[in-house]
Amino acid sequence: MIGEILNTAFITGLIGAAMRMATPIIFATLGEIINERAGILNLGIEGIMLMGAMTGFLVSITTGLLWIGVLAAALVGMILSLLMAFLTVYLGLSQHVSGLGITLFSTGLAMFIYRIHFGSPLVPPIVEPFTQVTIPLLSKIPVIGPSLFDQYALTYIAVLLIPIISIILYKTHIGLKIRTVGENPLAADNVGVNVYLTRTLCLVTGGALIGIGGSFLTLDHQNMFLIDVIGGRGWVSIAMVIFGNWDPLKGALGAFIFGFLDGLQLRLQGLGIKVPFDIFLMIPYLMTIIALVGVSRKAAVPACLLKPYRREEKGV
Amino acid sequence: MIGFKIVKRKPLPGWARLVIPVAAIIVTLVLSAIPILIAGGNLWKSYYFLFYGALGTRYNLLETFVKASPLIFTGLGVAFAFRAKFWNIGAEGQLLAGALTATWVGINAAGAPKILLLPVFIACGFIAGGIWAAIPATLKTKLKVDDVVSTLLLNYVMIHIMGALLFGPLQQPGSSWPRSSEIVEAAKYPMLLVRSRFHLGIPLAFFAVAIIWFINDKVVFGYQSRAVGVNIKAAHFGGINTTSVILRTAIISGGLAGVAGVGELCAIQYRLIMDISPGYGYSGIVIAMLGNLHPLGVLFSSFFFSVIIVGAQTMSRMTGVPYYIAEVIQGMALMVMLVFLLLTEYKIMVIRK
Repeated sequence: MIGEILNTAFITGLIGAAMRMATPIIFATLGEIINERAGILNLGIEGIMLMGAMTGFLVSITTGLLWIGVLAAALVGMILSLLMAFLTVYLGLSQHVSGLGITLFSTGLAMFIYRIHFGSPLVPPIVEPFTQVTIPLLSKIPVIGPSLFDQYALTYIAVLLIPIISIILYKTHIGLKIRTVGENPLAADNVGVNVYLTRTLCLVTGGALIGIGGSFLTLDHQNMFLIDVIGGRGWVSIAMVIFGNWDPLKGALGAFIFGFLDGLQLRLQGLGIKVPFDIFLMIPYLMTIIALVGVSRKAAVPACLLKPYRREEKGV
Repeated sequence: MIGFKIVKRKPLPGWARLVIPVAAIIVTLVLSAIPILIAGGNLWKSYYFLFYGALGTRYNLLETFVKASPLIFTGLGVAFAFRAKFWNIGAEGQLLAGALTATWVGINAAGAPKILLLPVFIACGFIAGGIWAAIPATLKTKLKVDDVVSTLLLNYVMIHIMGALLFGPLQQPGSSWPRSSEIVEAAKYPMLLVRSRFHLGIPLAFFAVAIIWFINDKVVFGYQSRAVGVNIKAAHFGGINTTSVILRTAIISGGLAGVAGVGELCAIQYRLIMDISPGYGYSGIVIAMLGNLHPLGVLFSSFFFSVIIVGAQTMSRMTGVPYYIAEVIQGMALMVMLVFLLLTEYKIMVIRK
């Protein structure tokens, strides 16, 4: 049995699966990092992902164009994030409750629209999903070649976004603005940064990524839309942001670990090995709770996360 | 250019606190017209069947009570925690913890008399839910772990614990589904009205409302819990042991959710299944907010939600508007209520620049 697990094909397959499973979580984690760096915890993430998954699926099936579906998912993520921005940035309402409201609303809405469009067919409709893009030469490297360089386009994009967002956050003027708005909005306002606008734009940008993350699940990973298609991956992403200390690279690493565990339990099951897969799937949540211990003492958490900014109360 | 700004207003009179939830419900129902129209439903027919389906016949009315029972418990639990600013998003997991423990006892309790078994059952559910809430409360007070995220994540830990047990030791022998054996006859809640599912859990929920109301208003602990919520530092300097108060608040909050789980097990499903709760714990959050964290408010908003959930089934059957409208309305209700609550403290002024 050990031989079955330790052979090259298994390892290649496992790393490949881990990358695929990690993709939606990388997107959502990066999106959420942008939100939280600007000071907004977006608990609407789970619902926005589901709306992204549904919209991507519906638009792809009607237009026959998968990339239009992905764009539509990004757009719907932006719209829902605008609603979040209205509630939390402009009205300064509780981010927790607003976010949960968005999730509840979007979850209902996704199923609602799906049913209006497709009815309740016995066999769920399917879409012709994306195919893997094989990168010449690189994919010929033994073991890691076929697993890392024979992936979906969105997976490559997710991986490329990790350094891009890191650079934007840490090395550019825009990133400095974003971080200041999250750390000390009053100071940002005093030097002429529009706190409301910056937070809104961060929410919208993050929302687009979160929506795309959702669409990966219906356009690559699976070819149909099911009610539990997200299955808590939004919450996992929230967890990965904390686990990764609000850093894109570490957050993505967390997402990869999650993808790895998810892929491992699936593959072990596939080999007919009886594993208590629920125990595997519990690990990321427990890891995060452990990571949460002491987070408040670290400098990484944006100082003004969860704090509404009301310009009128500046002097108070 | 027209902009707006938000300024603090003078405290509203007491009657406004009653008017606001009602106004929020009315606005939500008006907004619900949009998805109904999108689905191509006839507006009046849809609203008619929404209310007829929930209140129109004896059976439907009693069914509305049946659905309200778990919602009252989770809503009450969440409200009690929120009042102390313990942000318990984990009612769903606490409900499952209660149901899980009750299942374990319920399968193995052959031969015990009902009169003895039921209190034991309810106590087990309460304790299990309470313990599951005590974990994040302790993490919050001792290690400063954010309670929103920890309670939320613990829901998923509990779902996976349940999955592991339902595919493992608790699985019904011979079944390939993740479900337990049926609980023993003596563990089932008695049905109180013929030709309905009106069960013991319903008067129990009303009783819980009364108890929490009593604790809130008449017991020193209720006052301390509130004081911690209003200003934890002041409470601390006032001589309140805030750590202990938060812990006890969490246990009561989780315990109530646990009892909701016992009710669903012992009166509705009779066996543990993965989807024993269609999100009652999450609905509890909305209900607590809509009810302004007051027990009586929770009671009323639970019924509002129950009407929507039960009525949407009939509406869906008669007009073709998908059943998921119920969830859309719940989400909208929460956001509308949030905006209305803001209006109690602030006013929005339109300014011309």
